[in-house]
Amino acid sequence: MAHLQLKKIEKIYPNGFKAVHGVDLDVRDGEFMVLVGPSGCAKSTLLRMVAGLESISGGELHIGQRVVNHMSPKERRIAMVFQNYALYPHMTVYDNLAFGLRLSGANKKEVAARVQEAAVLLEMEHLLERYPKQLSGGQAQRVAVGRAIVKKPDVFLFDEPLSNLDAKLRAAMRVRLTELHRSLRDSGQSATVVYVTHDQVEAMTMGERICVLKEGVIQQVDTPTRLYDHPANTFVASFIGSPEMNILQAQVLREGDAIALGLDGQNLLLPEVKAHALAGKVQGRVQLGVRPEHIMARAPLDAPSVAVQGTLRFMEHLGSEVFVHFNIGSLPVTARLGADQLGDLQGKERGQGHTFYLHMGRCLFFDADTGLNLQA
Amino acid sequence: MSGTSSDAMEQSGRTRWVRYLVLALVAFVMLYPLLWLIGASFKSNQQIFTEVGFWPQNIDFKAYAKGWKTSTEYTFATYFLNSFLIAIPRIIVTVISCVLVAYAFARFEFWGKKFLFSVMVATMMLPLIVLRLPQYLVFRELGWLDSYLPMIVPSAFATDTFFIFMLVQFLRSIPRDMEEAAQIDGCNSLQLLWHIIVPMLKPAIISVIVFQFIWTMNDFMSPLIYLASVEKYPVSLALKMSIGATEEVEWANVIAISVVALIPSVAVFFAAQRHFIEGATSSGIKG
Repeated sequence: MAHLQLKKIEKIYPNGFKAVHGVDLDVRDGEFMVLVGPSGCAKSTLLRMVAGLESISGGELHIGQRVVNHMSPKERRIAMVFQNYALYPHMTVYDNLAFGLRLSGANKKEVAARVQEAAVLLEMEHLLERYPKQLSGGQAQRVAVGRAIVKKPDVFLFDEPLSNLDAKLRAAMRVRLTELHRSLRDSGQSATVVYVTHDQVEAMTMGERICVLKEGVIQQVDTPTRLYDHPANTFVASFIGSPEMNILQAQVLREGDAIALGLDGQNLLLPEVKAHALAGKVQGRVQLGVRPEHIMARAPLDAPSVAVQGTLRFMEHLGSEVFVHFNIGSLPVTARLGADQLGDLQGKERGQGHTFYLHMGRCLFFDADTGLNLQA
Repeated sequence: MSGTSSDAMEQSGRTRWVRYLVLALVAFVMLYPLLWLIGASFKSNQQIFTEVGFWPQNIDFKAYAKGWKTSTEYTFATYFLNSFLIAIPRIIVTVISCVLVAYAFARFEFWGKKFLFSVMVATMMLPLIVLRLPQYLVFRELGWLDSYLPMIVPSAFATDTFFIFMLVQFLRSIPRDMEEAAQIDGCNSLQLLWHIIVPMLKPAIISVIVFQFIWTMNDFMSPLIYLASVEKYPVSLALKMSIGATEEVEWANVIAISVVALIPSVAVFFAAQRHFIEGATSSGIKG
């Protein structure tokens, strides 16, 4: 079926700039794969190479059993949804959907049936006679998705399709697209998806697996939860999750059998399990990774934690939760607390001290130089 | 509060009137020659040379009827037809050739593209008159003299570089996403041109049509050089002829027919106005 395989894919521009460095990626049949990374990480370039809009400088690209390196976009049996929708402005919504089918020589009846089917699926039957300029952003987005669906392609490619929508609509479309994908797959249609975004929330919520890219090199490919809990390196750790993970420079100190960490003057004793796992791997300096939700304002009763003295900088109230920004010595740290978990932190002023508790069992350790996860 | 705001409104109303008055005055000054021309078509020679105002004493269309007949064996109907026989084929070949060339320059990478484009733009600076002699000799060798071909055929080879330049600039302002979407939908380069680019270029193409129509209708030099037989003359030449044909010129007749000669250009302009303005001012199309 539509198994997509990238083997040592490279992109070198005529000026010699290498944008993609030997990417190996397997997207299983029917899988929703998200490519995520900051701008300039070549995720869109990679997608456009799969689409056939950019030439491939090296490696092999397989769709199903076929090597498609030198095939035109049409022959690859793909469909793409663009960031700015790219609807044909001079055609009605119906003609926009029908255009590709007509070019492929489908007869009138079949075109009408397939357009109707897509329109029902996306609840846009009432829009078929309109022109793109008469559509709202969300409607145009649906039409763009519809244009991909009518073609019944082997692989769907999405290039940041939600980034032109406002926050509310984006959240709604996220759910809608995810549901659409699952229902297409359940109905037995080919529904392999490669979805490019710079938004880690989109990546986490939509992707079945996520491929994190940085400067044309894959950092990690895994499920959202694995990425979150077991990031391969500091880049992935801080890219996934919001607010981002606190990465703190620490000194490894041995106290007999136990290991302690020196954090800008304060010593934190590691729980035994953690110390055991790290034995022999850490020496000298290390980077400590703590997710904001693993920092507490009160000593937890159920989990091992260590106390650390912090100086309050400011708090961001988000209603149900609060982001607390404070310093450990000179190291800036962010904690994410439930609004009801503030305790005596409530009412404290900027510059005042407070004892925070780090959930050491959930902390991660990264190599001080390479940034690689030491427990991976 | 209400006092000041109504004062402000009154003042803005007043300045608006002043603005319109000034604009109307300037417009009148600009249009005066045209108004005079229309007025003079109803006057006698003596009135034309003695009166300053443009308003005629009596309206009668005798001059139009006389002017239309001309002093030759043909009426202006023939000359108008001739003008269209030059303008329409020329517009068709211009649009086809210029769109193709502009498409190539704006969307394809090929060897020497930048150099060729700058050469093409440089030819815009060339005074056309320097080409007249060599062109005349070429067309004489081809046996095209006294036919419309010298005025039509060069345009089929995209020699109207101004239009190419205009279309290229317009195309560059259109994002490529639509074309990429069409490529994925299965278009080849020519289908892309026909189904996507040409519809999006429509305002610019209409500008090309309007410009080319007006310029061709007004062209005096080419017909003068290449045409010999009176029956093939376009309006521009026929107008000139009606001045010199007899010893005493009835200016009203000449002026009347000049007014008629203006009609096609003005009509084309107004018919295309909406798109034309869009094409001349638009720097992009929203996706």
